[in-house]
Parts: sequence; C-alpha cells; structure tokens
Amino acid sequence: MAHPLLEVSELSRSFGGICAVNSLSFRIEAGGITGLIGPNGAGKTTVFNLITAVYRPSSGAILLDGHDLAGKRPYEVVRAGVARTFQNIRLFGRLTCLENVMTPICARGAHGRFAALFRTPSVRNEERRARESALSTLDALGISDTANLIASTLPYGLQRKLEIARALACNPRLLLLDEPAAGMNDAEMSELGDTIVRVRQNFDVTIILIEHHIKLVMGICTNLVVMERGALLAEGKPNDIQNDERVVAAYLGRPRASGGKKRHV
Amino acid sequence: MDYLLNIVMLAGINMIAVLGVAVFTGFTGLFSLGHAAFVGIGAYTSGVLTYHWNAPFFLAILAGMAVTGVSSLIIGIPTLRANLRSDYFAITILGFGEALRVSLENLSITNGARGLSLDELSHPAWVFGALAVSVLLTRNFLKSRFGAMFMAVREDPVAAEMAGINLFRTRLLSLVVSAVLCGLSGALLAHRLAFIQPVMFTMTQSTQLLATVIAGGMGSMSGPLIVSFIFTSMPEALRWLNMWRLPAYGLLLVLIMIYRPQGLLGYREVPSLLRGGLEKWRIRFSR
Ligand SMILES: Nc1ncnc2c1ncn2[C@@H]1O[C@H](COP(=O)(O)OP(=O)(O)OP(=O)(O)O)[C@@H](O)[C@H]1O
Ligand SMILES: [Mg+2]
Repeated sequence: MAHPLLEVSELSRSFGGICAVNSLSFRIEAGGITGLIGPNGAGKTTVFNLITAVYRPSSGAILLDGHDLAGKRPYEVVRAGVARTFQNIRLFGRLTCLENVMTPICARGAHGRFAALFRTPSVRNEERRARESALSTLDALGISDTANLIASTLPYGLQRKLEIARALACNPRLLLLDEPAAGMNDAEMSELGDTIVRVRQNFDVTIILIEHHIKLVMGICTNLVVMERGALLAEGKPNDIQNDERVVAAYLGRPRASGGKKRHV
Repeated sequence: MDYLLNIVMLAGINMIAVLGVAVFTGFTGLFSLGHAAFVGIGAYTSGVLTYHWNAPFFLAILAGMAVTGVSSLIIGIPTLRANLRSDYFAITILGFGEALRVSLENLSITNGARGLSLDELSHPAWVFGALAVSVLLTRNFLKSRFGAMFMAVREDPVAAEMAGINLFRTRLLSLVVSAVLCGLSGALLAHRLAFIQPVMFTMTQSTQLLATVIAGGMGSMSGPLIVSFIFTSMPEALRWLNMWRLPAYGLLLVLIMIYRPQGLLGYREVPSLLRGGLEKWRIRFSR
C-alpha cells in the first residue's frame, strides 16, 4: 500500500500549561500545495517546528513516506527530504545570497577534510558545480541578480524569496513555507503566488504553506488544513472550506489585517 | 639583527595560534577563554619528547599537534553536544586550562613549576615554513565546503541545521582544527624560547589570543594575522617608551575598538580589499 508523503497522527505538544498542538492528525499526498491556516496562535508554526524536529512532540507521530521521524535531529529530517523557511526570516546575514543558497549543497558535499586542505581538483570541481546549481536555484526564484549581495542588505520581500531558494537547495520532497507573503503588498503577493506554483512544478516538491493572506491561499492551494487552538478544525478542498460554517466563524469570517505579525521561530 | 629576527619569529609563532582561534571564534562563532591550554599541550608534549627522549624535532612537533587534537576531542565531544548551548564548552575549557596548569606544576616529567629547559630547535626555516603552510592550508580549508559550514553555523545555528548541517560535528571539526594549530604554535614556541613553564599557558594568554582575533576582525584571516604581528612586535618596538609601553599597547586596543568596532578587517580579507580599492580607482579614472 502506498504511503502518503506526510502523515501526522495524534500529534501533541505543550509548553508549560499551553497546549500548542493538541492531538492533531492529517495526511498530505505527494504533489499539491496544502494551505495550513488558522488564527494567530493556532499552533501552525509549532507544527512546522515539530515536523522539522526543532521541537520534540509531547506525543504522537510524524511519518514521512511511511518512515517515523521520531528521534531524528533537524539535519537528519532535512536529509530525509524536508526543508522549510522561517516565519521570522533566518538568513545567514553576513554571507552573500549565493553563499546562502550554496550552504545546503556544501552540507551534503562529497569531498573530505584532507582534500579540502589541499584544494584538490575534485574540490574545485565540486565547488563550481555547487555554484552553478545555486545560481540556477536563485534564477528559478527570479533573484539571480542578487547573487553577490550580502543577504541582510536585501529588502524584506527578496529575503523571503532567498529563504525559499535556500530551502529548495536542500533538494526537498516536502517544502514547508511559513508565511512567505508576510509584509508584501498585493502585487508582490500575486507574483510570489505564481513563483510558488512554478517552483512546485519545476522542483517536483510538495508544499505546505502557512499563510494569513486568504487571497493567496485560495488562489494557489489544492487543499486546506484549518487549525484552531492546536486542534484540527477542518480539512478539504478550498471551496468546501470557504463554505464551512465553523471555519467561517473561527477564522475566515473575522476580518483581519494582513498577517505580518512577527513571532518566535 | 638577531634581535629583530627573534621578534619576528615570536610574532610568526603567535600568528599560528591566532589563526587557530580565528577559525574557532572568527569563522565558527564560538568563544573560548582557554585556547592557551592547547598551546601548552603542544609545547609540553613536544618539549617532554625532545628533553627526555631526544626525539627528532619534526616528530615532536607532529606528536604535539596530535596530542592537542585528541585533547580537544575529549573536551569537545561532551560539551559541544548541547547543540544550542555553546556556553558549556566555554566553561569547561576554562576549567580544563586550570586543571592542566595544576597537573603540569605537579608532574615530575614536566619538571613541575620550575619548568623545562629545552634546546633551541625552532630555526627560522621551521617557524616561517610552518607559518606559510598553516596559512595556506587554513585558507584552503576555509574556502572549502567546511569553511562554508563554519560560517553558516556562526551566522545562525538553527538555520544552519535546517540547511542540513550537523551542528555538533561541524563545531567539533572547527575545534580540532583550531586546537591543532595552537598545538603547532606551542611546539615551536617551546623550542624557540628554549624554556617552558606552566604559567605561560593560562587564561591571560588565552585572553590575549581572543583579543587579537576580535581586534583583527571576526570572520577574517588576514586581520587577526596583522594584529597578531603588531601586538607581538609592538611591545618590543616600543621598548624605548619604557613604562609607557603597556599603556600604549592598551591605547591601541581601545582605538581599534572605537574606530573599528568590527575589528581591523571584520568579515573581509586583505586581497579582496585591494581588489575593491583598485576598482574604486578605476572608476575614478574612467570618469
Ligand atoms: N517555544 C515556545 N515556548 C512557549 N510557548 C510557545 C512556544 N512556541 C509556541 N508557543 C505557544 O504556542 C502557541 C501556538 O504558537 P504558534 O507560533 O505555533 O502559532 P501560529 O499558529 O504559528 O501563530 P501565528 O499565526 O501568529 O504565527 C502560542 O500560544 C504560542 O505562544
Ligand atoms: Mg506562526
């Protein structure tokens, strides 16, 4: 029997008294863009932190392609095929954009320590290939002209795209995007939406998208998972969710300012 | 002439240790007030070998570097495991330095607190050869994927881990590289001064190494090397100032911190600065 790409079952995590994620279960099939939505503090970012092993679950399981991720360190989860961006941008600020995107490629590089000391031809070749691959990833996000700029000097919108590029350089099967459109205006947002759809096809990844901009979510998502207070509120196709009374009451109905709110990891 | 050469050789030996701290602190973003202990291990291992067993100098140096590397693993493996808490290491290395001093003072093989008198084996060719090889290999290493990983870890450990980097192994590697360089420096120092004593490798010396790297600039190789050269040779060059020597030295440090808080060459290297300077001139002339 084929496994779903990601299966989250009975997942819980509490911080002190707060139950940030409460017995949450959902599955994600390979291929689409799933929107993970819900009010502020619903536990969306915590779900990403649990999947990527930044936090350990209090209970429950996370399966990637049928394999339990329990006990893995974050870098092992990345190697298993999950990459992410951060709600509060976390770039390598003093490195260039190209170096930022080259980092994941370096992390899984082949050459050993002694070859590195002597800068053998194979080291140079590998470095050239990493550079080319990173450039083409920057290009896919439409930001190859920033390659030699220092990452922290970029405007916000470009920093978010750079984070996506760096995540893609991990060669993920599953890409987790945490509010990539935060702080963007309408034009930038719709352009970002196009980019995400294109990237999904070109890189053959499955995407989970946390986003408060409902227009973007409805525009590009093939599936929605709605959370409220740590628990699953609803799950389904965007059109069905839009008409779901509980969701409208809990989240969609309440008019809200565009979600540029900053939080922890 | 001999006097000048002596100063330059001491500067060269110090530069090797500074290079080590630059790798660990400047490029990997970890702090240590204990790296002088690694210099001490290199000095004593090689010193004991040449003193008691008449070991060939080259082998003594290699042994000094090897023992230093192994010691750094022993300290690093338990303390660098705590991924997001790098202070465990900082505290442990402090204690390690003290323990080392006390041991050296009480062992008979090291001749205790009175110190070891050694042969002057560190000829200029050894010192400058070792410095050249160290600078070249370190530069290669920092340019490689390992250097890239060091810098990513320095910039943001959480994001580095999410880029697929094993934080623990990367930091441990950086520690071993830096310790081995310090060990080499120690072996050369011991056989240059021809005399070593436990008090030569304490927190005071560790602080100086760290101050040199910070004043030279984090994330730079050439900055700390230049500052190391200045700091080692200046006290000698300013000997005529007599008792004002140390204040002058302090004043220089303060001036660097005021006018270049990022250090002399924070996150840059001399070659790239020269290229940048040339570029500016070209633009000015093409107008
Ligand atoms: N490390 C932590 N320590 C303590 N509490 C935490 C921690 N991380 C998250 N929480 C709490 O868990 C709850 C869920 O937070 P989370 O960041 O997952 O929400 P979110 O859905 O991403 O919200 P937003 O839309 O505002 O980003 C919040 O009440 C938050 O305060
Ligand atoms: Mg969040």
